Amino acid sequence: MRGILGKKVGMTQLFDESGAVVPVTVIEAGPCYVTQVKTDETDGYCAVQIGYEEVPERKLTKGERGHLSKAQTPNIRRLRELRFEEAPQYTLGDEIKADVFQEGDFVDVVGVSKGKGFAGAVKRHNFRGGPKTHGQSDRHRATGSRGAGTTPGHTFPGSKAPGQMGNARVTIQNLKVALVDAERNLLVVRGAIPGPKGGLVFVREAVKKPKS
Amino acid sequence: MSNALMASLLPEANANMPDFDPGDTVRVHQRITEGRNERIQIFQGVVIAKHGGKGAGATYTVRRVASGGIGVERTFPIYSKSVEKVEVLRKARVRRARLYYLRERQGKSARLREKIMVRGD
Repeated sequence: MRGILGKKVGMTQLFDESGAVVPVTVIEAGPCYVTQVKTDETDGYCAVQIGYEEVPERKLTKGERGHLSKAQTPNIRRLRELRFEEAPQYTLGDEIKADVFQEGDFVDVVGVSKGKGFAGAVKRHNFRGGPKTHGQSDRHRATGSRGAGTTPGHTFPGSKAPGQMGNARVTIQNLKVALVDAERNLLVVRGAIPGPKGGLVFVREAVKKPKS
Repeated sequence: MSNALMASLLPEANANMPDFDPGDTVRVHQRITEGRNERIQIFQGVVIAKHGGKGAGATYTVRRVASGGIGVERTFPIYSKSVEKVEVLRKARVRRARLYYLRERQGKSARLREKIMVRGD
């Protein structure tokens, strides 16, 4: 499993070989450091913990500093785990740069979407809302019926309703890598990714690769 | 950092891309690929708008009146690779940035006053 942590920089557009415009998202990816290696013997499963985002020492707790001191990495504050099937080939303190990916690779991008707060059903689930005229007083953006009456006698779990929208972990699968520049810690993927500019994103090898 | 990163991704400016403004008459040479053949198509007309500043998505719109008096407008991305070159044929003095009023005009009233270039301009 290849993966890297990064920050969303923003969106722009590029031209592909045929001259067509491609919308892309720029990610400042890495450098990441291996902060812990987990194996079957030590932890019961295989994984690599990687860290990103250098911060001043005062921003870290003593516990965090102690954990990082084992790997002799810079002071970093974002840690994520990469699962492996078998013992990973990384060793403590290894640096991971954007060149773990190549142009044309398919990746999944995990991030936390922008929070929209408590949103109504029109905004959250694209409900149609009520009629705008014909004597409507308070039904313009109402949800409508919640279901049948005495039978079944309750609202079905999972029905679409107003509630918290966004600020949730979102994975976008199978984005194509458009550009990689490890020197500038640059990773550019086709399409949009979750979260605000500056938001932490986790980029990993696509789990469900599309058939080529 | 982020802005510098974004700016570094801007496509290289086309060397054959002269400076032009709304009102100018231009010839846009565009490369067209049909199957295996490549040819150059020329679109000549008046630039009626530039859009998107210096961003990656910046475009300009060229309007020409085709035979039969039918107006044709095409919008080209400034950084488009398929545009081979742009020639500026005539510069005109106009008093607004978007010349959409030309759409309602034809003949005499659709003329634009030529900008006389003073030396050093």
